[in-house]
Amino acid sequence: MKKSKLFSLIAMVLAVLMVFSACGNTSASKQAGSDGKAVTITYCNFNSSGGNEGTLDKMVAAFEAEHPNIKVDVETIGYEDYFTQMQTRVAGGTAPDCFELNIENFAAYANKGMLAEITGNFSGLNDAARNAFNVNGKQYGLPESFSNVVLIYNKDLFDQAGIAYPTDDWTHADLQAAAEAIRALGDNIFGIWQPISYNEFFKVAAQYGGALLNEDKTKFTINSAENLAAATTLIDRVQVSNVQPNAVQQGGMSDWDMFMSGRLGMIPTGIWAFQTFTENCDFAWDIVVEPGSTQKATHFFSNCVVMNPETKHPEEVSAWLTWLTSSTASADIRLEAGWDLPALKDLDALSSYLEITPPDNREAVFKSLDYLAMPPVIEDYALMSDIITQKLTAAADGTITVQEALDQAQAECEAQIKLG
Amino acid sequence: MDQKTKRKLKKQGSGLVLASPFLLPSLIGMLIFSMLPLIISGMISLTDWNGLDKLTDAAFFQDHFIGLGNYKDILTTSEFWRTLGNTAKYIVLYVPLMLICSLLVAYLLSRPRRCVGAFRVLYYIPVLTSWVAASLIWKSVLSPQYGALNGILEMFGITGPGWLLDEKWAMPAIVLVSVWKDMGFFGLILLSGIMAINKSYYEAADLDGANGWTKFLKITLPLLTPSIFYVLIVGMINAFQLFPQVMIMTGGGPNGATQVMVERIYNYGFRYYRMGYAAAFSWILFAIIMVFTAIQMKGQERWVHYDS
Repeated sequence: MKKSKLFSLIAMVLAVLMVFSACGNTSASKQAGSDGKAVTITYCNFNSSGGNEGTLDKMVAAFEAEHPNIKVDVETIGYEDYFTQMQTRVAGGTAPDCFELNIENFAAYANKGMLAEITGNFSGLNDAARNAFNVNGKQYGLPESFSNVVLIYNKDLFDQAGIAYPTDDWTHADLQAAAEAIRALGDNIFGIWQPISYNEFFKVAAQYGGALLNEDKTKFTINSAENLAAATTLIDRVQVSNVQPNAVQQGGMSDWDMFMSGRLGMIPTGIWAFQTFTENCDFAWDIVVEPGSTQKATHFFSNCVVMNPETKHPEEVSAWLTWLTSSTASADIRLEAGWDLPALKDLDALSSYLEITPPDNREAVFKSLDYLAMPPVIEDYALMSDIITQKLTAAADGTITVQEALDQAQAECEAQIKLG
Repeated sequence: MDQKTKRKLKKQGSGLVLASPFLLPSLIGMLIFSMLPLIISGMISLTDWNGLDKLTDAAFFQDHFIGLGNYKDILTTSEFWRTLGNTAKYIVLYVPLMLICSLLVAYLLSRPRRCVGAFRVLYYIPVLTSWVAASLIWKSVLSPQYGALNGILEMFGITGPGWLLDEKWAMPAIVLVSVWKDMGFFGLILLSGIMAINKSYYEAADLDGANGWTKFLKITLPLLTPSIFYVLIVGMINAFQLFPQVMIMTGGGPNGATQVMVERIYNYGFRYYRMGYAAAFSWILFAIIMVFTAIQMKGQERWVHYDS
């Protein structure tokens, strides 16, 4: 009787100890910068995942060599999970000292006061890029890289159809004619594939002189006449002339796969496609600046790096972010790896980029910078883009007309999103 | 109180004291990871929190409190009722079909045949696959032009519909995939229910000259009603929480035809930065599920026979 009681007592104590050991303190790594020695800052990013982790490591090593008292701890999370994680960490107060954002989410974070102002010498940065992350005169983000969209075309298909290659002063009319000529080459061959999505829509709308919001972003202007013309151009390609495959004809194949299989004449897509197309296309291809209508408008995508207002080392973080975005050392490492383009003002520094082929006409990438159309970024960016993409896709599938799509998008955006 | 009862109570009491540290890990886990988030989510649903501001800020609740504003907003948008309608459409298609298929599976697997063991494994394998993997594969199988399903239908001369790309067929397609995946799980539960039926009932029926169909209708089904009740409740609760299939196969499309409750909650919470709204949405979903479960529980007195 006594022995079993002793056993149960010991077991009870052990169980209690086990419970309390699980609640032990995990030591949060806080580096003391007070002694003036090495300061460690944490940097979280998504853009290097999927192939460029080594490039980022090289940049960190080069930075640490120049600044021996600063160490950078890099964390890389894939794009899909990045924003959900970052949102949770910011809300929970465990965000890193500095991290990366894309242009859409930058507005949400900046407008909610989640970012600290970055100070430093930004003279080396491209003005348009830098202004994209400047809110009310304060620099809340630095453009880390930029990429844009150009028209990529299959030279072999153009030769087959016996038509001239696209030039930088093409308009939508020229584009349509060429697409129809290539479509006629076969049942399975299509002239062009341009995504019918929010991202493409605001750009093509700009090419027709339209916009999704009014000047001071207080009202939606989604169903304006110019926007209708833009949407009609995009959707008629699928529904009327069928130079672009509809969802069924595409059969689940991605647009890139379609182009690489040689069945697509033209595709406006990002310059980040160059590497993949170089490896996989067994036909000749080249690029031009995207055609416009009454004017040209091209995309501008940029990722920025931002600073956490709760950081204990703002000077060190500013030094790292400024170095990462505007130093020639960082730009050289980036260009050598072919990892996007640094947003530098001095385009001569990017000359090595122009020498890589294919494509031959790499100047088009820089020429496109003259016609940048910035995305209309509001706080409820994701909701607006989802609504518009949903309606445009329905119109592309033929379930509603283009006018109905724009009217419904206008109504839903007005109902669900409060502006200004 | 006499000595015997006193000793009995003392033994029970001391048993609880001895057991408490062993119960602590689970209790603490449940408190911290289930009860606490439940309470906090209830509080969040009364705010306009965007999911980014510091939750642990002292003045958080005062700054963001909007009372029942979120609930009012949700219940007055047409989007909520459309979403509820889509979820109801899924439930109405899924639950009966699931019941019939799992009954069929359970009945077939209850008959002693030679390779019935292998078949039991085969039917259960879909249950073990991850929803993500299954959704991706089925997405390509359901492709209208190049998918296997329409290919098979064409062999019989039927032109298959647009499945996930067609507004009218997207939800039935998701129901199909869900039934395929859950059939084994619920079938197994019903199978164990069938196996538990006393063989003497069947012997008595054979003596009375009953055929297979009558035996099924008059013996198997009534004695299976507890298991069927479980399948109905769990199936319905799961159906209300439909999520991975929709996110991967259709993303809520085409044109909002497959936007269901949890998909909306996810988007509002994590993509549109409206966490308070999403929290209120999830509490409304909770209330709806509770109501339907309560109705089911009440109804069980009518039609469930417990074989005592």
